[in-house]
Order: sequence, then C-alpha cells, then structure tokens
Amino acid sequence: MNDLDPIDRRLIAATQAGLPLVEAPYAQIAGQLGLTEAEVIYRLTALLDLGIIRRIAVAPNHYALGMTANGMSVWDVEDAEAETLGAQVGALDFVSHCYLRPRAPVWRYNLFAMLHGSSRGEVEEKRAILRDLLGPACRADDILYSTRILKKTGLRLRDG
Amino acid sequence: MTRPTRQTLPEGALDATDRAILNTLQEGFPLTPRPFDDAGAPLGLNGAQLIERLSRLREIGAITRFGPFFDAAAMGGDFCLCALTAPEADFDRIAALVNAHPEVAHNYARDHELNMWFVLATPTPEGIAETAARIEAETGLTVWQFPKLQEFFIGFRVQA
Repeated sequence: MNDLDPIDRRLIAATQAGLPLVEAPYAQIAGQLGLTEAEVIYRLTALLDLGIIRRIAVAPNHYALGMTANGMSVWDVEDAEAETLGAQVGALDFVSHCYLRPRAPVWRYNLFAMLHGSSRGEVEEKRAILRDLLGPACRADDILYSTRILKKTGLRLRDG
Repeated sequence: MTRPTRQTLPEGALDATDRAILNTLQEGFPLTPRPFDDAGAPLGLNGAQLIERLSRLREIGAITRFGPFFDAAAMGGDFCLCALTAPEADFDRIAALVNAHPEVAHNYARDHELNMWFVLATPTPEGIAETAARIEAETGLTVWQFPKLQEFFIGFRVQA
C-alpha cells in the first residue's frame, strides 16, 4: 500500500508498542514526532478509515483471565453457505476469532473458530453449540488444542 | 510491557468495573484529545481512574496490549497461518529452525497430525511464499499455507 507517507510510518512506529497511558496520549505522541495533536488524531482516523488500523483497543490475555483451555475448532462447511455461517459463528460471544481459509490436500476444513474456556469440558460445550448452529451444512469438524506456545512476538514494523 | 504468561490470575483479581473495561475497550477507543475521559464516562470513571485501572490490568497481565492493531496486509505486507507435521522425535529441532525466522510471529504446538502451527508476518506479500520455501528447504517438510480469506471478528467477552 502506497498511501503511507513517511509521517504515517513514523506514527505507526511510535504507536505499535501501544498507546501511552496518559490523559492526552495523542498530544504526547505528537510531541515525540514534532506534530500537532490535531494532525495525529486526523492521521490515525484516516488510517482507521483505510483499514490500516483495524481498531484501537485492548487485547485481553485469555490465560490470565482463566481461559486456560484454548482450542482451534475447524469445520468443513459447504462453500455456498460458509460466508453466512461464518458471520453467525463470529458473532457468538465465546468465539474470539473466526476465519475462512482455503482447504489443502491434507486438510479439509475451511472455517476456523478459536474457542476459549476454563476447561476443555467448557470448550467442548461451546463446540457443541457451534455444531448445532452449523447443522447439516457442516460435513466434518475437529478441534486442535494448543499444547505449548513455541514462540510469541508481536508484529514489528520497520520505521520509515 | 507485557507479561507473556500462561498463569491465571487469582480469583477476585478483577472486579466488575475491570471486566466492563475489558469488554468495552475491546471494541474501540476514541480518537479525541481526552480519550480516557471519553471512554471512561460510560463506565462511571474519569480519565485518571481509567488510566489507573488500565495500568494495573497491564501490570498483572490481564491485558497483553493496548493501542492500535495494524493490518499487515493493508500496509503492503501480509500474514499467513501455516502448519507442518514435525516428527515427534525431531519436534524441538524443527521448532528451533522455524522460530529462527524473524517472520515467524507466533508458533504453537497442537495435538493433531499437523502438529506445528505458526503465523508468518512479512513486509511484502511475496515474503510469505519466500519464507515458507526457506523453511521447507531447511526442514525438508511441507509447509501448508492457510491464508485468511475472510475474517469475522467480534472479540471475547469476560463474564460481567
């Protein structure tokens, strides 16, 4: 995307680790970058409108919040219905992320929904709710529990 | 700033207001000169009180991030979920080879025949295939790519 000018890139670099927890965070960022607060707000708003910023928000730590069982549920859903059903699955409040992805020779599933619970039993209950919702449009499903985090780093962008 | 933890917070670590903050601020955060005042008002908090609570939530590890979430694809780069099957006896060596690539943002062991699932984040769209090809050459294993075709996002609710 070529809509990013050097100032946008510096703004992204300055905020990708997070927003400062001060009463006027955009003014503080503006001070660091030699911009006005209004320009920072204007540019961030434009980046949000363009979809370059998906949202400005908190990311909860599922583990810390007691959601120690995390499963990637995967579903082989009729292509014609996948989009409509995906939107319904994504709207469930116990699904944190839901995606349509391509199938592969070793992989028949096209709908992915991350499920969280305080135990595998709870995750399985949620999986059963999904199975009911998807009904006959779903031909097969599975769930992959994470057994270990092997690596976790955030997205890092280069400055400028 | 983050505490990469798989530990659960003790019972009672969060009160109803903390949970309301986690739920509300997942949706978005205002782009206004005094955003904490504006975001706090519906929660019955002033800006200083909201900042104090967010600082504590970050400190105890209840949140992993607070700020803008960028879309790598919209910035000209790309993200891709990938998976491979690592022989159990060789699992740790394969994990080290995969993790050595800075493009690997996270990597999880999962209980499935495809037992290693990782996300590639690259500054250009071509970077995904290039990195996957390098991992294939180094490990001798097929890297299956599952790019996101569509996303359905709603977030994750903490029981109020």
